[in-house]
Amino acid sequence: MAVRAETMIINMGPQHPSTHGVLRMVLELDGESVVSCRPVLGYLHTGIEKNTEYRTWQQGVTFVTRADYLSPFFNELGYCLAVERLLGIEAPPRAQVIRVLVCELNRIASHLVWLATTGLELGAISIMLYGFREREEILRIFEMVTGLRMNHAYLRVGGLSMDLPDGAVERVRSFLELMPGRIAEYEHLLTGNPIWRQRTVGIGHLAAERLLALGVTGPVLRASGVPADVRRDEPYSGYETYAFDVPTRTESDCFARYQVRVEEMRQSLRIVEQCADRLEPGPVMVEDPKVAWPAHLSTGPDGIGNSEEYVRHILGESMEALINHFKMVTQGFSVPAGEVYQPVESPRGELGYYVVSNGDFRPYRVHIRAPSFVNLQAVPNMIEGSLIADVVAAVASLDPVMGDADR
Amino acid sequence: MQAADLAARLRERFPDVLEARGEVTLVVEAAALREALEHLRTEPDLACEALSDLTVTDWPDRDPRFWVAYHLRSREHGHRLRVKVGLPPEPDPPHVPSVTDPFPTANWLEREAFDFFGVVFDGHPDLRRIEMPEDWDGHPLRKSEPLAGVATRYKGAFIPPPDQRGT
Repeated sequence: MAVRAETMIINMGPQHPSTHGVLRMVLELDGESVVSCRPVLGYLHTGIEKNTEYRTWQQGVTFVTRADYLSPFFNELGYCLAVERLLGIEAPPRAQVIRVLVCELNRIASHLVWLATTGLELGAISIMLYGFREREEILRIFEMVTGLRMNHAYLRVGGLSMDLPDGAVERVRSFLELMPGRIAEYEHLLTGNPIWRQRTVGIGHLAAERLLALGVTGPVLRASGVPADVRRDEPYSGYETYAFDVPTRTESDCFARYQVRVEEMRQSLRIVEQCADRLEPGPVMVEDPKVAWPAHLSTGPDGIGNSEEYVRHILGESMEALINHFKMVTQGFSVPAGEVYQPVESPRGELGYYVVSNGDFRPYRVHIRAPSFVNLQAVPNMIEGSLIADVVAAVASLDPVMGDADR
Repeated sequence: MQAADLAARLRERFPDVLEARGEVTLVVEAAALREALEHLRTEPDLACEALSDLTVTDWPDRDPRFWVAYHLRSREHGHRLRVKVGLPPEPDPPHVPSVTDPFPTANWLEREAFDFFGVVFDGHPDLRRIEMPEDWDGHPLRKSEPLAGVATRYKGAFIPPPDQRGT
């Protein structure tokens, strides 16, 4: 009869290069194998939900965009769609197309960070350099369009803060030409690579039934053979009019999750191309002056500011326009009492916004159903019984963003 | 099922069903919660087998004060449904049955609701704080809690509120 040796408790994180931010895992080890795992969260809790209750509806965008910092547009979109449904309004067609365009570019950027950091953690340095190189291209487009590389606050309730600048569509098109070759390059580097395969094939496996019971969504669920995608199942922002596939795999291991994400980048490129093709001139903010953000922003030589024409109008011509401007900027609009739950498909899964209004000028309650938070619950199931080296691969395959999990 | 059909279907059994903005809300008593969820989960034409979200809203001037909202979804039929439970201001902390069985995903969501609002989920296997430090005092998302300016205590360390800090 073998006597079981004493187990050892090890803290992995919160400061650990492979935990994607500040995730802490309390691991109980028996030699090299993991007996139990207890994830500890909260190191990046910033009170975003509470903060939104103290700001105007429009200012809420600037808070939620900071939750999942790798995919800020999805946070903005989920929040704006929820508030728009409470208001009973819809963004103009051009704004909706641009929203889809920036979101899908953002999905590629987010998956690239996942690919780059996961590669780094598993010992593939080149893929890290490649991933960040292409992400940089996307961030340059974002900077050109929104003025910022992240935390854009570009989407606003009722539309967008401003239209695309001149040359943006051309820039997107040249990215569309560049990217397919680059994705092929990643696959060439990794898919057949024996070290990559050893570190990912069969690692972090969890059956589809278990993933569903734990509420896991996104690429992780799709890699187990369940074709669940909010864009397809409950379309928003006109996703039902775009042609794209929902890639799935059945192996439900780290390698399958890698394959799903790479294929999703290709599908996102398809959607971005369709967006670029169907962009028609038109307004990007609802007409209603009781809701629309009054300032007409423009990118001048010194960055972003109010357009000169608009400043001339409110200061020189119309007292009413000036009053409206101040009212909309300081107090904002009120939203009819009620509650909605609006899901969107973020790169990590179902990102849900549960927004409650009591009819006031500020949100009464905003709850973010964060995919990283819910998906992390699957970590103990995935790694208990496996080797400690595989913990890194399994956690990375979930693509958690702690800003999203802790909010 | 469309929202209106779903609401009509639910009214066959539940008295308090609301339909607004294409969403169906079902209000039940805390004592009847588990039974109601089990019904919604197992009835073949409802089949709400997934719990997407669980959270609380605090209405300090009302009775019931705390509203726990469960967002269910049926993968098979594609519909969503919100179940709400109202909890009175007294006793504080309020109690509601845990739904970790049959929805394992509720585990962390209930911990979060407990952490932020102090709602106790009876029968939860491991009801501890999840986001705030474990020795934190109070439940920060209650309306009675201030947004900022509170003293911070963490494992023996003490940081006074910003206006009382030295330079």
